[in-house]
Amino acid sequence: MSTDTPASEETDVASPTAEELAELRSRIEELEADLAEVADDDSPNKMVIIATKGTLDMAYPPLILASTAAAFGYEVTVFHTFWGLEILHEENSKDLKLSSVGNPNMPVPNLIAALPGMDRMTTRMMRSKIADNGVASVEELIQTAIDSGVDLQACQMTIDLLDYDEDDFYDGVTTGVGAASAFQEMVEADIQLLI
Amino acid sequence: MSTENADATLDVKGLNCPMPVIKTKGAFDDLAAGETIEVVSTDSGSMSDIAGWAESTDGAELVDQVEATEDGTAVYKHYVRKAD
Repeated sequence: MSTDTPASEETDVASPTAEELAELRSRIEELEADLAEVADDDSPNKMVIIATKGTLDMAYPPLILASTAAAFGYEVTVFHTFWGLEILHEENSKDLKLSSVGNPNMPVPNLIAALPGMDRMTTRMMRSKIADNGVASVEELIQTAIDSGVDLQACQMTIDLLDYDEDDFYDGVTTGVGAASAFQEMVEADIQLLI
Repeated sequence: MSTENADATLDVKGLNCPMPVIKTKGAFDDLAAGETIEVVSTDSGSMSDIAGWAESTDGAELVDQVEATEDGTAVYKHYVRKAD
């Protein structure tokens, strides 16, 4: 293909007017400013966890992930609802239980696991394993999470439903929050988890 | 890298996931720029955890990771430097 461009083609294209050029220039400046804003966005990443379970084993994942994410510089909210409230309940959190019933990974057959006192036994076994392995207690993890700036929230609707009082929860726990505020935080978050 | 070269030491022996990373982050925040902290752990998972944390954390540089045996127990030593 020839690189010679007939002079007539160039002259066919109307030169932009000074006004059009100024308009383009200001549009470019506008876009560059927008781009700089995106590039400079150093607001922290966010993670939201919805914690719905209150057994000893299920108290760990939300607390561990929340504290870890905080160590990674994330702004973290854990919204506790239904049995997840037990984790934040100062008294009940020290007595979370583990059941073998319906858990085929436990060494006890369901028929035996259903007998009175069996939950207490499996819980005691689990607690001693936790201590032997240097795994932090639920209380320690709650304190770590709060100290790391994690916002531990207790769903108001389930506080009322389960007849709890706001004073039943650890100091530093946020109460008076509902689905809408949790949802809003999820919209803004980079990571959302339901546990 | 060894204990002698580090400006501070954090002993997290006996602690399991996620505490080594969380305590490392806390101690790292207290470092002055250019200082290096030695973290001593017995948690084998801390090798990948602290490496991952340092990689994702601005200003944290993983200088070295050493596996050793102390009194018959495996220990994992991590050296993290705070950028100038």
